[in-house]
Amino acid sequence: MALLQISEPGMSTAPHQHRLAVGIDLGTTNSLVATVRNGISTVLNDEQGRAMLPSIVRYVDAQKILVGEAAQRGQNDDPFNTISSVKRFMGRGLADLGDTSRFPYRFITDSNTQTVQLRTVAGAKSPVEVSAEILKELRTRAELSLGGELVGAVITVPAYFDDAQRQATKDAARLAGLNVLRLLNEPTAAAIAYGLDNAAEGVYAVYDLGGGTFDISILRLSRGVFEVLATNGDSALGGDDFDQRIFCWLLEQNALSALPASDTRLLLTHARTAKEQLTEHNDTRITAMLSDGRVIDSVLSQTQFHEMSNNLLQRTLQPLRRALRDAALQVADVNGVVMVGGATRMPQVQRAVGEFFAQTPLTNLDPDKVVALGAAIQANLLAGNRGADEWLLLDVIPLSLGLETMGGLAEKVIPRNSTIPTARAQEFTTYKDGQTAMSIHVVQGERELISDCRSLAKFELRGIPAMVAGAARIRVTFQVDADGLLSVAAREMRSGVEATIEVKPSYGLVDADIARMLQESGQYAKEDMQARALRELQTEANQLVDAVQNALLQDGDLLTNTQRAAITAQLENLQTCLAEHDTQILQRAMTALNDATVNFAQARMDKSVASALSGKKISDLDI
Amino acid sequence: MSISMTEAAAKHVQNFIAKRGKGLGLRIGVRTTGCSGMAYKLEFADVLSDEDLQFQSHGVTLLVDPKSLPYIDGMELDFQREGLNEGFKFNNPNVKNECGCGESFQV
Repeated sequence: MALLQISEPGMSTAPHQHRLAVGIDLGTTNSLVATVRNGISTVLNDEQGRAMLPSIVRYVDAQKILVGEAAQRGQNDDPFNTISSVKRFMGRGLADLGDTSRFPYRFITDSNTQTVQLRTVAGAKSPVEVSAEILKELRTRAELSLGGELVGAVITVPAYFDDAQRQATKDAARLAGLNVLRLLNEPTAAAIAYGLDNAAEGVYAVYDLGGGTFDISILRLSRGVFEVLATNGDSALGGDDFDQRIFCWLLEQNALSALPASDTRLLLTHARTAKEQLTEHNDTRITAMLSDGRVIDSVLSQTQFHEMSNNLLQRTLQPLRRALRDAALQVADVNGVVMVGGATRMPQVQRAVGEFFAQTPLTNLDPDKVVALGAAIQANLLAGNRGADEWLLLDVIPLSLGLETMGGLAEKVIPRNSTIPTARAQEFTTYKDGQTAMSIHVVQGERELISDCRSLAKFELRGIPAMVAGAARIRVTFQVDADGLLSVAAREMRSGVEATIEVKPSYGLVDADIARMLQESGQYAKEDMQARALRELQTEANQLVDAVQNALLQDGDLLTNTQRAAITAQLENLQTCLAEHDTQILQRAMTALNDATVNFAQARMDKSVASALSGKKISDLDI
Repeated sequence: MSISMTEAAAKHVQNFIAKRGKGLGLRIGVRTTGCSGMAYKLEFADVLSDEDLQFQSHGVTLLVDPKSLPYIDGMELDFQREGLNEGFKFNNPNVKNECGCGESFQV
C-alpha cells in the first residue's frame, strides 16, 4: 500500500488528492530538489544519499545522456560533449559570452533565436535543452521519492536574471515536463527557508557567496508580505577565489611555477580541502606529490588564511553598502542576516558579515540547501497544500525599463528596483504634424542615451488619426508579471488604436553586464546629462527649422527680399550648427533665428487675425 | 482497545515534531472518503480535545477520536522505505479490502 505522510492539523487530503510539488535550485555548479514532507521542508537525496546533483550533462552518443556525477567523470576525456556550468549560457547570444576560448565547447548560433548552441555528438544542443536534462533527472528523483506525479515545481533563479534568462529557464522546465508554478529569486527563497515570513515585519539581508558568484539582497517583510528592496553583487567573486589564494600561497611557499594542468587541478583540490579544514581547525597540513615527483608539504594556519583572503572579504562589503544605499536604509535598520552558499561556512566570512551588520548572521540551515528548501516551501503553498496563511512574494527588476524618445533618448517608465509584479503607464505624443504611426523601442538600462542601453524589442503603433504635432495622446503601459516577464502596450487614447508586444528577448545579459551597466550609469552620469541636454536641444532646433521652413512656404510673400535673406541666413546657420554637437553654439543659433523671425511672426499673426475678421460685423464676433 | 507504533515509526515522529518545533503528538483517525470507503487520517496534533483517547507508544502520544477507534483497533503504525520513497504504513487487522494503492480501505 501507499506510504503516508503526516499532515498539518486539519489538512489531511482525500486519497489520491495529495498535490506533490517540489522546489528546485537549478545551480551553476550543483542542483537540488526539495519538498515539504510531514510538514518539514527536506532535500530529496538520490539512491546513494547524495543531495547535490552536479549540474553537468554528458552526451555519450546520439541516444545516451548522462547527468550529474556520471557525467562529471567524462569531463576530462570528453570535454566537447560534457557540458558544465550551462546556466551561464542560458538565454544568451554568442556575443554575450565574450572570449569563448575559455570554454572547451564548440559554440554555434541558432539562426532563428540568435541564441548560442553547443555542438555535441548528439547534434546541436541549446542551453535550454541541456538544463532540461538536469531538470528531468531531478524530476525523476522527486517522483520516485514521493511516489507520484508532480503537480508543479518552483524553480529558483538569480535575482539578476533578466527576462531572456528567466524565459529560458521556464522553457527548460517545460521541456523537462515540469509545470512551473513560479520562478523565485534565490535570496527570497533563502529568506522563506528561515521562516522569516513568520515574523510580523522586518528588514533582512541575504548574503549569498557561492562558488563563483556573490549576491546581496535586501528584503523587507511587512504584514506578511515579502518585498525585495534592492539587489547587488559581484559576478566574479566566490568560494573558488579563496581556493585560488591558497593555491597561489602553495606555489609561493614551494617556489613552483608553470605547473601542468593535472598538477594545478590536484593543488586546487588540496587548496579547497585545506579551506574546508580551516573552518573547524586552527591549522591544516597540505601534502601532495606532483607529477614530476616533487613533494609539497606545507602547514597553513587560520590566521595566515584570513590574512591572504581578507581583501576578497572586503570586496563583498562594497556591494553590501551599495544595496543598502539603493534601499535607502542604514545598517541599523537590518533585523536579520541570512547566509547562503557553501563559502559562507568560512568563519571569517561569518565574522566579517556579523561585524558589518553588528549582529550574528543566521547560519543554522545548510547554506548549500537553504535555497532549495525555501523553494519547496513556496511550491507546497502554490500547489494548494497550505491554505489559510498565504503570503505573497515580491521581487525587483534589476535594470530600469523604458523606451526611446526623439533624439535617441531613453525615457524610463519603470525605474530599477521596482517591485514586481508592476504596471506603469506614461503618455507620449506625436512629433510631426499628421504623423500616423509611432515606433516604440523598448530598452533596458540606466543610461540617458539609447545607444548605451540594451534594446529589448521594437514595435509600431499604426493608424493614429492625423493631427497636429503634440495633439495625439499615446498611452504606453509597461507590465512586468510575477516571473519578471515584460509586456508593453501602446494605445492612442482618442481613436483607441492599440498595439502590444510580449518581450521575449532573443538573448540576455550576464550579471557582469548588469553590474557594468549600473557602474557606468554612475560613472558617466555627468556626460549623460550633457548628452541628454544636447539631444533635447537638437530635437528642439529641428522642430524650429521645420516650423520656419513651413512658415516661409506658406507666408513667404509677406517678407521683403532683405527680410527673407536675413531669415534664410540664420536658418542655414542653425542647420550648420546642428552638426556641431555644442549646446552653447546651438543655443546662440536658435536665439538668432528666433530674433530674425520676430517681425515675420508678427506679420503672420496680423494676417491670420485679418483673415479671421475680414467680412464680419462686430456683432458677429463672439467677444 | 489500543493502537501502537513500531520503534522506527516513533523515532521518525519524534524527529519530525522536534523539527516542526511544536506538537503534542500524532492524531490518527479514519474518514469516510476515498474510492474504497474509508481513508486514514494522519496529522500532527497541536490541541487535545476532551473526547480524545490517548495511547503511548515508544514515547510518542497517539490521539484517536472514539468514533475512529473501532476501525483501527489493534493497528500498528510502521515507517518504511521503498526505494527512494519513505513514509508511514498502517498495519490494520480490521481491513478486509483495500483500493489498489492502499490509500483507502473497507472493513
